Parts: sequence; structure tokens; C-alpha cells
Amino acid sequence: MSALLELDKVTITFGGLTAVGELDMKIEQHELVGLIGPNGAGKTTAFNLITGVYQPTSGRISFRGKPTVGVKPHELSLAGISRTFQNIRLFAQMTVFDNVRTAMQGNRAQGISDALLRGRTFRAGEARVDHEVMELLKIFSLDHFRETMSKSLPYGDQRRLEIVRALATQPKLLLLDEPAAGMNPTEKQELMELIRFVKDKFQISVLLVEHDMKVVMGICERINVLDYGKKIAEGTPDEIRANPKVIAAYLGKDFDDA
Amino acid sequence: MTDWFLQQLINGLALGAIYALIALGYTMVYGVLRFINFAHSDVMMLGAFAAFYLTPPVAGMLGEQSVWTALVVILLSAAICAVIGMTIEFLAYRPLRKRPRLTVLITAIGVSLFIEFTGQHEKVFGAATKSFPKLLPSRDIVIGALHLSSNDIVVLVLTAVLLAAMWFIVQRTKIGMAMRAVSYNEQAAALMGVNVNGIISFTFGLGSALAAVAGIFYAMRAPGIDPLMGIQPGLRAFIAAVLGGIGNLPGAALGGIVLGLLETFFGGMPGLSNYRDGIAFAILILILLFRPAGLLGKLQTEKV
Amino acid sequence: MRGREKLFLLLGIIAAIGLSFASGAFNRYYLGIVIDVGINIILAVSLNLINGHTGQFSLGHAGFMAVGGYVAAKLTLVCGASAWIFLPALLLGGGVAALAGLAVGVPSLRLRGDYLAIVTLGFGEIIRVIFQTSEFFGAATGLTGITRLTTFGWAWGLAAVTVYVVACLVNSTYGRGFIAVHDDEIAASAMGINPVRYKVTAFVIGAFFAGIAGGLYAHHKGVLTPSGFDFIKSIEIVVMVILGGMGRTVGVILAAVILTILPELLRGVAEYRMIIYSLLIIGLMLTRPQGLFTFGKK
Repeated sequence: MSALLELDKVTITFGGLTAVGELDMKIEQHELVGLIGPNGAGKTTAFNLITGVYQPTSGRISFRGKPTVGVKPHELSLAGISRTFQNIRLFAQMTVFDNVRTAMQGNRAQGISDALLRGRTFRAGEARVDHEVMELLKIFSLDHFRETMSKSLPYGDQRRLEIVRALATQPKLLLLDEPAAGMNPTEKQELMELIRFVKDKFQISVLLVEHDMKVVMGICERINVLDYGKKIAEGTPDEIRANPKVIAAYLGKDFDDA
Repeated sequence: MTDWFLQQLINGLALGAIYALIALGYTMVYGVLRFINFAHSDVMMLGAFAAFYLTPPVAGMLGEQSVWTALVVILLSAAICAVIGMTIEFLAYRPLRKRPRLTVLITAIGVSLFIEFTGQHEKVFGAATKSFPKLLPSRDIVIGALHLSSNDIVVLVLTAVLLAAMWFIVQRTKIGMAMRAVSYNEQAAALMGVNVNGIISFTFGLGSALAAVAGIFYAMRAPGIDPLMGIQPGLRAFIAAVLGGIGNLPGAALGGIVLGLLETFFGGMPGLSNYRDGIAFAILILILLFRPAGLLGKLQTEKV
Repeated sequence: MRGREKLFLLLGIIAAIGLSFASGAFNRYYLGIVIDVGINIILAVSLNLINGHTGQFSLGHAGFMAVGGYVAAKLTLVCGASAWIFLPALLLGGGVAALAGLAVGVPSLRLRGDYLAIVTLGFGEIIRVIFQTSEFFGAATGLTGITRLTTFGWAWGLAAVTVYVVACLVNSTYGRGFIAVHDDEIAASAMGINPVRYKVTAFVIGAFFAGIAGGLYAHHKGVLTPSGFDFIKSIEIVVMVILGGMGRTVGVILAAVILTILPELLRGVAEYRMIIYSLLIIGLMLTRPQGLFTFGKK
């Protein structure tokens, strides 16, 4: 059986600068993989390649055995790749409820004519969406914020809402881009539990880009390390911790307390 | 055929030079503030009207149709429009500096309508077309079958001088460096001690002065002037700025010339003259579809 | 909530047609203004779908209106005017305008903000130039002698339909996609929303209703001139949307009502009318850029 996501010698260059070079990476079903590296190592670029925001200059990416090069971001989302963003990108003009509801597009067969005719199927469909959104919000105890505008949520809740919204697309693979950024140690602890919970509850794979070593080392089963766009190491947290190349890339920082 | 071609070439260049002068103002303002100053074309119209009212008294002192009269009238009109441009920025745009760009765009449209309708009021300029006084002794230069207006030559030469001066100011002077800094990153420029408000004011002043000169040149070639005369050349000049790559000064000059030539050549062809008004817009749409950054511009992509 | 939207539509249409029968009792001048209000509601609400909800700043709405007006008027001029031909004429005008909307919607895929505004302005101008040069459509003189088929019932009934369509479209799970595209296109596409599809849909539907409004306008005034659909007309509609608060249907309707009546009230000071109007725009942007009527659900 092929891997859920497979990157084969993926390269992207921006005007002569190789942001990601010959990256090989595999994510299996129901696996929690970390992607780390110093600033500017190409982690977010790798995310944008996987989600179709950028097209690779060369190399192949396949998701569930199908090549994804040339496939548009929204099509990849419908195929089962969902993501959060490093700089939170919620729909600012919408309530918490609507943010999640909007992400349920792909799971409904309703379109313009249903919305206009407002027949029984439409109402039943809307009721089902309503129910599913509330179920999701309850799981993450955001249900009491239902009618709150997303931009007025506390920071940590905004990060969580982004994860909820990503889950509403019913992904097979969830990409989290620095979800711990700006969080305090307690929040980070909660986040780690949340990620583990999400992975088990929804039976999905997670790819985590993160700066915080404690978070990555604490939950990931396998870690890929990028430096200057190239993969310099791959392995379990313990292997990565002991890898001299990784230590050199990070100059030993963060590893003492990891 | 060659004569026709040369004739159209000169006409197109003269028209293009005027577009280029107006386009510079659009592009400079876009460079520092990232919005389209819709009122720019009306400042151009005000330049023409300033010259209209200034010419008789100045001519009384310095003589009719003399080079000195023309020079003084042009300089005074440019100064008046510079002040008007700076005032518009101060009153209408500065309070909106931190607001969404579309808010500023609508405000600019409002300012434009205000100037146009105030100008049309009978106690101001009145809506009727006025004939523009002869600033310079105009003479037709005949070379073979070719008829060149001396005014066109003057327009071309003066525009070339102004474009060179603009290039010098922006690239070689301290204030030009500050303009480029503000255009590149307003906040960083402010942190480096650049007086951002002052620079934006200066940019409006400079752009409006050029618009005034363009307005006078335009009026010299047009049958007459009226308060709405700025709209059409203004739109063309804006398109020229986009064609060249908005925010890019040489691009604006190039765009102006290219547009002037295209319009003159297409408009001069039998059967197409009726569509002259549409040509500029068709060009605009084609550029934006195929080369949205313009001829010389660089495309900015959103960072994810 | 259930069924309330349809009830609104039904009541709206019945009220419009009912009042239409009684309209003979009203002063013709006032009746004319009331019909203008209905037409402007259609224009403003349909532009609101493009500008307000989907966030695609369009300055070419008058162009779509012109297409609908000319096509519908030409049809009734050629085929003879009767109430039976009116609805097909309006629909055909709206349909051709929708095609124009498709043509404008496609560039909108690549352009944003003021660039898009300028392209749509350009499209509007090109449409105007085409009518101005086309002998078939009467060139610069335009079309005259159009039968005045537009009644209170037509104008307000179709205004009710427009409001219903736009409101129902936006207030659904499907319709949240319009607002998502407005808020953050990249996040929207990461959530499975096809921004291209939504933008083009907004342009096509918006243009369709603008075309309908154009047809109503043509058969209300009896004459059409290309200069009546210039850039200022587009600005007028944009101002209604902004004054009403982008994306707020109730506010936009109110703004359409006020901005149609206001010029009539200013008739006494006709020479200052447009000066006041322009100052109003500037003042509004400086003090309340979010719009005047920012209540009601988005």
C-alpha cells in the first residue's frame, strides 16, 4: 500500500534561490510527523507545495497515490488535505459558527439552486450542517462562542478555531503551521494534548511544522529536519536529538532543554 | 504613406508626451500611497484654467505670445496646482492614511466630482467650453507633405526636459531618495528619520505641478477648455501608468508615449476612428490580463 | 426561520402588484420617483453581491445596466410593445448582461482591489463606446420612443425578487463562500472553496439583475442615451452600496431609497446638487467609511 502523502525529489526555486531542494518525504496513514528546521529552512514553502499554493519546479508529489502537481488548492482540500496558517487566517467578518460552516462546503451536495429554492432537502442539509458544526465546536469547547466574531476571540482560541475549521473539511491529512507560536507553556501543553486527541479521534495523519522543540519532540512519531531547503535528517525524536547534523544546524540551542 | 506615418508619429508623440506628464503624477502618488488619485485629472484641468485666467494679465506685462509670457504663465499655474494638490492630500487623503485603500479611492472619486461640479457652476468657470488663449506664436513647419505644428515641437522638447528633471529629482537628490524610501516601506522610512508626511506632500505637489503643465499643453492642442476636459486624458494617462507598470516612473513615461502612438495610429485608420475612445481601455484590459505588472513593473505576490 | 424568506418574496410581489393597481391615484411625478427607487434598489442590491459580499470592487455596473436596457428596449421596439413581451425582453436583457458579467468576471480572477476597479471601469466604458458607435442601437442619439411599460408593480416586484435572490444566496452554507472569498481568498481555497467559481458567479448574477434594472429603466424613461450610462452612474450605485454598509442588504436598500430621493429634494438648489453630493461622499468616507446603516445581519 502506498503512503498517504509522498514527496519525491520536490524542488522549488524562486528566481534562482532554491527554497526547497530535492525533498523526499513520506507520511503514512494515521501518523504524526514533524517538520522542523531553523528560520528560513523552507518549512512553510513545503506546506505551500503540499497544499497546491505553489507548484514545484521539479519533482513529484502524490496524495493517496494520485499526483497532485497542477491540482488547485481547493481541489486538494476537497481531496482531503487541510491546513492551518502560521499567521492565523480566519474569516474575520464571520462568526465562529460561520467560520466552521464555511469549511463544510465540500461535504454537501447543495448549490445555488438549493439555496434559492429553499426546499426540504435544502433545509435538511442546512440542519445537518448546523448539527455537525455544533458537534465539532462542542468537542473543542468553543460552542459557547458560536455567535462571537472570530476576530474577537482570545488568541489561543483563534488558533484552536483554525484547527476546528480545518477539521470541518473532513481531511485525511492535517497540516499545522506553527500552531504553538505565541502560546505560553500551559497553552502549549494543552495544544500537544489537543493534537494527539485530534489525530486519534478523527483517525487522520498530521504534519506539524513547529519551532518549539518541546512540542515537536513531545508528540511526533517521526521528524524530518530541513536546513537551507534540504532535508538533513529524518528519524524518531531520539534519533534526531542525537544527530550531529541537526545539532550543527541549530548550534545546539534549544536542545539542552528539549 | 511615409508622410502619413511621420505625421501620425509626431501627433502621437506629442499626445503621448502629455499623457506621460499626467501619468507621472498618478504613478508617483501610487508609489508612495498605493492608491489611484482620481482627482489628478481635475488638477490638470485646473492647471489649464489657471493659465486661462493668468495669460491676459501676464501678457499685458510681458507681451502677447512671447516666450517669457508662456514661461511665467506655466510656472505660476504649476505653482498654483502644486498648492491645490498638497491641499487635497492634506484635507481629504491624510486623515484616511490608515484606512483601507478602497475608502481612499472612493474619497478620491468624491474629490474629483467635487472639483468637476464646482468648476461647472456658473459662478466658477461655467460649463461652457472656453477658447484657450494663444500662449506661443504657433507656426506650421512644412517639410514636403509634412505639416508640423511648432507647438507640438515645443511640447515634445519641454516634456523631454521635464522627464529628465523628474528622473534627476527622484534618482539623484536627497528628497528623491526619501520618496523612494517611503514608496518602498513607509514605516521603515519613518524610522530612518524620513519625514513621511512632508515627502507625501512633496510628491503631491510635484505630481500636480506636472499635471498643470500637461493641462496647459493639452489645452494648446485642444479646441477649447471646460471643467470636464481632464476626464478623458486623465483616464488615458492612468492607463499609461498601468501600462508602464504603476509606481514605475520610466514606465509611466514609456506607457504615455506608447498609448499616445497607439491611439493616434488606430484612431487615424479608416473605420476605427469611432472606437478611439475604446482603444485605450481595450489596451488596459489586455495588459492587465496578460501582463498585470505592466511593461516595466514587477508583480507583487501575496505571502502565505 | 423556516420558510420566512419565501413568505417575504410572496408578500413583496403581491404588495407591489396590488399597489400598482392603485398607482393611478398617485401624482405622476411622485410615482416616477418611486419607480426610480425600485430600479435603484435592484442596482444597489445586485452590486452589493459583487462589491459588498464577494469583495470584488466593481466600477462597471452601469455598463451591465446599459446592456440590459438596450437589449430589452430594442426587442420591444422591434417586436412591438405589450405586457407579454415585456418579461421576456427583461429576461433577455438580463441574460445578455449576465454574459457581459461573465466577460468581466474572468479578469477578476487575476486582479484585486483598485486594479480590478479600473478594469471594470474600462469594461463599462467600452460597453458605452460600443453603443455610442453602433448604428443598430441608435449611435450617439440612442433609442427613443420606447413604450413605457414599467409600472410600480414591475419595478418593486422585481426589486423583491432581487433582494430575495441575493439574501438567500448569501445566507446559506453555500453562500458563506462569497464572504469567505472576500475575507481571505487563500484561506478560503484551503477550505475547499473555489474562489474563481464564486467570483464569476457573483459577477454573473450581479450583472443579470443590473441588466433587468436597465430594461426597467429603459421602459420607464422611454429613451436611452449612451451618455446616461457613464462612469458617474456606476459611481452612484457604488456610493449606495458604501453608504448602506458593504454587504448589508437592509442598509443598502435604505441607501438606495435615500440617494434616489435626495436629489429630488435638492431640486430647489439644483445647481449645487452635485456639489453637495460629492461633498457627501467625501464626508462619509472621512467620518463613517463603514457605511451609515451598519445594522442588520451581513
